[in-house]
Amino acid sequence: MSTFVLLAVTGLGLAALYFLVASGLSLIFGLMGVLNFAHGAFLTIGAYGTWWAAENLPGAGDGGWSFVYAVVFGVAVGTLVAALVELLLIRPLYERHIEQVLVTVGLSLALVALVRAIWGSDPRPFPRPAWTQRTTSLLGAQVPNDRFLLVATAVLVLVAVLVFLRTTRVGLVIRAGVENRSMVTALGIDVRKAFTLVFAVGGAFAALAGALGGVYLGSISPGQGTSLLIFAFIVVVIGGMSSITGTAAAAVLVGLVQQFANYYAASGVGDLSVVLLLAVVLLARPGGLTARVA
Amino acid sequence: MSGATAAGRGDVLLRMSDVHVRLSGSHILQGVDLAVRQGGVTALLGRNGAGKTTTVKAALGLVPSTGLVELTGADGRVHRLSGRRTHEVVRLGVGYAPEDREVFGGLTVAENLALAERRGSAHHHDRVFELFPELRTRGRQLAGTLSGGQQQMVAIARLLLNDNRLLLVDEPTKGLAPLLVAEVAEVLARAAEEVTILLVEQNLTVVRRLATDAVVVDQGRVAWSGSAPDLLADADRTRELLGVAPSGGHAA
Repeated sequence: MSTFVLLAVTGLGLAALYFLVASGLSLIFGLMGVLNFAHGAFLTIGAYGTWWAAENLPGAGDGGWSFVYAVVFGVAVGTLVAALVELLLIRPLYERHIEQVLVTVGLSLALVALVRAIWGSDPRPFPRPAWTQRTTSLLGAQVPNDRFLLVATAVLVLVAVLVFLRTTRVGLVIRAGVENRSMVTALGIDVRKAFTLVFAVGGAFAALAGALGGVYLGSISPGQGTSLLIFAFIVVVIGGMSSITGTAAAAVLVGLVQQFANYYAASGVGDLSVVLLLAVVLLARPGGLTARVA
Repeated sequence: MSGATAAGRGDVLLRMSDVHVRLSGSHILQGVDLAVRQGGVTALLGRNGAGKTTTVKAALGLVPSTGLVELTGADGRVHRLSGRRTHEVVRLGVGYAPEDREVFGGLTVAENLALAERRGSAHHHDRVFELFPELRTRGRQLAGTLSGGQQQMVAIARLLLNDNRLLLVDEPTKGLAPLLVAEVAEVLARAAEEVTILLVEQNLTVVRRLATDAVVVDQGRVAWSGSAPDLLADADRTRELLGVAPSGGHAA
């Protein structure tokens, strides 16, 4: 029982990371038709930004509010980079989807290489508050606290995104734009403003995933974002390509399947079973779990 | 019925000169020249695939085109629409109801209308709900679950919600039951008292009821333009240009 609980909560923690990365990917794809391969680089930037801030910024560090300050810095850098990428590289290629995808592929390679050139390819120990390393007893299992941090953050982000999409004018424009972008412009709305916003917010969530991933793994390395991105893409596809709630459900499914298969079968089977899960979902429901945005 | 009150009635509101559209290798519009006079209903006619919908989309900038498209503003200034983005064209006071209605099925009726509220325009919800009381009572219903006729009401409501100078209405009666066709025609006739309309329509009964002018496109060019009653009075010419007799009522 205690092993089961530990695996389940760890799976949910992993799902939280997947969700943070996949939610941005799914909104960007749904609204703009761009598969953003640079999304993993935003994660890496968030992780390194947080690490750099904790080491160098006065007032930032690895405990309490000074850690929050470091994370805010990392997320801010990730957001800024994402917004600049949209404005300077994606927007000039408006409606040219293949070129846009190629740009993001190039960026994903260049940004990771840049991080590697500056800080090297060896993993760096990541600053993390001491309480995240302690455990809490849950149904007989000793669960590390960082799992709860991951899950709580993802739930908070999910609720915030849903409230934003359902109650604000920009949220309305985004939901409508995912359904039919050209009709939104035909109503006199400049949908490109929503593009920049979605890209920036998606970058912020990925950067947040980078910081939380650092807490979870204890170290960061330049290639981390790219390897997480593959699973995030699978989550997006299973979730229905452009649906936030679908993405959340798919993230939970993928995280749990991966954890349980890795433990009960053999290490590595988890990754394989995720791909199998993808195939099964696509065969049974070609559109993914859901087709609604929010 | 379709008489207009606006000053400058008869002046050209929308002019398209030598407009070409090429899409994925095919030359769809091959030099369209047309003028829409202010204050009337201009019917855009032609056989299936002649380029009617593409002409409307080219005016809006929804498809890339070459040539010149101009709109006369409220102040009499002529705005060049070519090269502008669609949302900028629309903000000059151009409303668009596309062929397949294109309401947002995943949004509620109320959300569809809220989205259509254009910046820089008054929003006439009272006018819309007077014409279509159903849209008020069905405000919380998802637009995707509405019938075709109800979706058309949402599409027309989006046009009438804002202050427009020109409405581009693409086949509003397509696929509707005869009673609804008459209702849509009546709503457009009332709208035409205040605003100029460019109407793509296959149903010649509706054209006869509404249109003051007619433009016939064929194979990507304007084949005929002039007075709509004159065209419909000439059965031979109507048959030659459209492939149907005007007395038949339904053209589809």
